[in-house]
Amino acid sequence: MTALNLLKNRAGASWLFLVAATIVSWAVGAEHGTGSLVAVVVLGIAAVKVRLVGLDFMELRHAPFALRAAFEAYCVGMWALLAALYLWL
Amino acid sequence: MRAIAAPAHQKRIPGEGGTWVFLFGDMLVFGAFFVTFLVERSKAPDVFDAARSTLHIGIGVINTLVLLTSSLCIVLTLNAVRAAQRPLATRAAAAAMAFGLLFIALKVYEYISLGAAGHGPGANDFYLYYFILTGLHLFHVCLGLGALSFVLTQTRRPELSDTRTALVEGAACFWHLVDLLWIFLFALLYLVS
Repeated sequence: MTALNLLKNRAGASWLFLVAATIVSWAVGAEHGTGSLVAVVVLGIAAVKVRLVGLDFMELRHAPFALRAAFEAYCVGMWALLAALYLWL
Repeated sequence: MRAIAAPAHQKRIPGEGGTWVFLFGDMLVFGAFFVTFLVERSKAPDVFDAARSTLHIGIGVINTLVLLTSSLCIVLTLNAVRAAQRPLATRAAAAAMAFGLLFIALKVYEYISLGAAGHGPGANDFYLYYFILTGLHLFHVCLGLGALSFVLTQTRRPELSDTRTALVEGAACFWHLVDLLWIFLFALLYLVS
């Protein structure tokens, strides 16, 4: 079994998505004014990336409901909190 | 060795349950730092935005890709261990550590470069938070490399007990945590502030 065979799964696909999402967030987020909604999008992309790291790299996709739910709540909660602080403070 | 190739529908906790208390604690502590950073930013958004533009965003992007790839190497390590492909597991763990060292090297270069340009921790609040947050993260990278060296030694064993398997999975999850925290840090420091 080769390394490639061992990566032909959800984790391998997630890595490709994570790399693409990093480039996209760089492209849209590098230059924007203060108070811009772009920052909220960039934080959203970060939260989605973190969720994928948890589900497919940390293997939480197959974890008991409480553990997975706590992790997903962290992702959504951080995004909502950081976006709100950015926009309204 | 634990039957790692468990049926997809079977629910299981990666590593020891107690590991997750530590991991979530760390995530919440960093969450509090992220909030503090944005609160400080709100006091001088223009200063933070101007300072942000002096960071080496290219290095930030490369370091993000470096950690993501390192994480994938650890996924490969676990999969190879589970498939009894020990030599492959050893090479993948070594590659993950090499990427971790590359991250440190790039970070140190960035610190030196910022310092030389007069953007040290004392320049303004943005740089102070930048050095504190990335320094704390760098400390985690060093701890993670220690965890990965443990994983590397375990890949050379012909068989792993349940306890050792759980420890290897816990070490892998800690390394992914390092990746996860950097994803938020990269967005906050290099793109959003």
